[in-house]
Amino acid sequence: MLKRIRESKAAQGTLLALPTTFWLFFLLIIPLFLTLVISFGKRSPDGDVIYGFSLDNYTRLFGYSTDCPDGQASCFNPLYVQILWRSLTLAFNTTALVIGMAYPLAYFIARAHPKKRNLFLFLVLIPLWTNFVIRVYAWMMLLRKEGAINIIIGALANMLHIPFTPFEMLYTPGAVLVGMVYEFLPFMILPIYTSLEKIDISLYEAAADLGANAVKTFLRVTLPLSMPGVVAGTILVFIPVMGTFIVSDILGGRQVILVGNLIQRQFLDARDPTFGSAASLILMIMTLVVTYFYTRKFGFGEEIVPA
Amino acid sequence: MASEFAVEMRDVVKRFITPEGNEMAAVDHVTMQIKNGEFFSMLGSSGCGKTTSLRMVAGFEWPTEGEVFIEGKAMGHTPPFQRKVNTVFQSYALFQHLTVYQNLAFGLEMEGAKEEEIKKRVGHALEMVQLTGMDRRRPKQLSGGQQQRVALARALVKTPDVLLLDEPLGALDLKLRKEMQLELKALQQQLGITFIYVTHDQEEALTMSDRIAVMSKGKVQQMGTPVEVYERPANKFVADFIGESNFLEGKIKSLSKDEASVFVPSLNAEVVGMPISEGLVKGEEVVVSIRPEKIRITEKDAKNTNLFHARVTNTVYIGADTHVYVDVNKAKVKVLEQNRISRLDPKSFYVVGQDVWLMLMPENTLVLKKD
Repeated sequence: MLKRIRESKAAQGTLLALPTTFWLFFLLIIPLFLTLVISFGKRSPDGDVIYGFSLDNYTRLFGYSTDCPDGQASCFNPLYVQILWRSLTLAFNTTALVIGMAYPLAYFIARAHPKKRNLFLFLVLIPLWTNFVIRVYAWMMLLRKEGAINIIIGALANMLHIPFTPFEMLYTPGAVLVGMVYEFLPFMILPIYTSLEKIDISLYEAAADLGANAVKTFLRVTLPLSMPGVVAGTILVFIPVMGTFIVSDILGGRQVILVGNLIQRQFLDARDPTFGSAASLILMIMTLVVTYFYTRKFGFGEEIVPA
Repeated sequence: MASEFAVEMRDVVKRFITPEGNEMAAVDHVTMQIKNGEFFSMLGSSGCGKTTSLRMVAGFEWPTEGEVFIEGKAMGHTPPFQRKVNTVFQSYALFQHLTVYQNLAFGLEMEGAKEEEIKKRVGHALEMVQLTGMDRRRPKQLSGGQQQRVALARALVKTPDVLLLDEPLGALDLKLRKEMQLELKALQQQLGITFIYVTHDQEEALTMSDRIAVMSKGKVQQMGTPVEVYERPANKFVADFIGESNFLEGKIKSLSKDEASVFVPSLNAEVVGMPISEGLVKGEEVVVSIRPEKIRITEKDAKNTNLFHARVTNTVYIGADTHVYVDVNKAKVKVLEQNRISRLDPKSFYVVGQDVWLMLMPENTLVLKKD
């Protein structure tokens, strides 16, 4: 047995993959299957699952409603479609903003003196030392009506004798967007930095030597060579933003409900695990579809060139 | 052509700040005039300033003092993309995200060339470096030698006035390097483009160059044709760096219009009749330099001038030649003997302990200033 493992690369591979396979099978594949089964069930009046095969949860999610205002038998209720759409657009916007902010900074760090790079990377990582939820609460302290931002602007307005009513910033889509961007920025900076740092300086010189100015060098050399980092960062940011509920819960309140919040409420407040399961699976499918088309276009963040 | 010189460096100095905060001149008052169509090499060990000089011509570095001229125009702070020179990098610096074709097309696209023209010129360049049919490969799918050719073609496709080559063959194995040396030289002659070639390999420089600048410590030690720098090195550094030499310290005993005699204490004798170079004075401490292959060994005393009695201390057979190490009084001298006849019979050659006579031909023996 041992001899076989020593001599067979395939056997070694199987052995190395075994713990994770075991883990994922029992804690991902089986629960996922259970979620699928439950999503086809119905909620009993006291919040239990009545197993069966019904697509009601899915039709409900896409707007079919029997609870209509004018006594109609059925009508379209856009609530859940709106939530799905909001989650999707928020994830897109967050990712785009994060790329826009992370790229210049990553570029700056990658071009900095090697001795200073580690310091800068360290600074980027410092916020991650604080708990995720606490950081979101910190934004609440900044954004709320009596928060730091309103106090400062109010004081300035007072000095200039301008009438000032505090801004309503908390519990708005903007607040959720700001919180998301803040939370996920480091996950974009690091992969982009890694791919930029790997680019040999002589490539920039070669581009200049061949007649490319700074802008063309960036577009034709720097950007394509750093795409693996952008792709990896996008995957690290887009997928969690699609599913997270803490940021929208704290900074969005009842105003900005995302799929994550919907699912959480179905399992806890509404006690309807069948509808929650259906929403979970739809979220997963949406994320998979976007990631699939994205990675098909840009690759999986691996080296562009096959070795 | 606008100017007699393709590239001219006038009293160029480049200073860097070392990590310790000291100022250091990587290039120290260098003046070079490189003619149109010339194959010019900068030769020296690492840190001699050859690569920095090349980078100042390319525009990657700007001189601290002095001026670089290309085709008679002062370059000042002209950026690389506005200079009509192209570089073949030591690391090749190929764009890994582009195909071979796209790598070559890059520079032409920057000029705004039309697609038809790009196609034609890239095809021609690939043909020139014998890579036709490789245009769709990625650089990583090519061998080192092929990558080197892509780098060369990418620079040449731009039809520069001057091609700058920074140790382009350094990463290739010996055999391929020798092939490429001849190929590069042939290509240069065929195209008539000025080549400025940086290398630390003296044999490479001798093989290819029309002229060589031997550099050390940021300064040009000597500039001349391969024959000049080998046969008439300007100083001990050049004599030592290019080829091999025996150095014997001595003092000038007499000096005529065109000949010098030097007393060499370690020989306890005088070496006479050597051609003189400029600036030598009587009584000066000098070095007598003679190349191992230029010493003659005889077994009989021929009663000639500059004939010294010696004893063989070691012989090393290396195929084409045999190195004979001899003691002449207190001096140790290396002599290179060509194996013109078979050495299968050990008696056919010098043996350790044998008494021989060394003849230093005056015309091949040089008097060099002490550094």
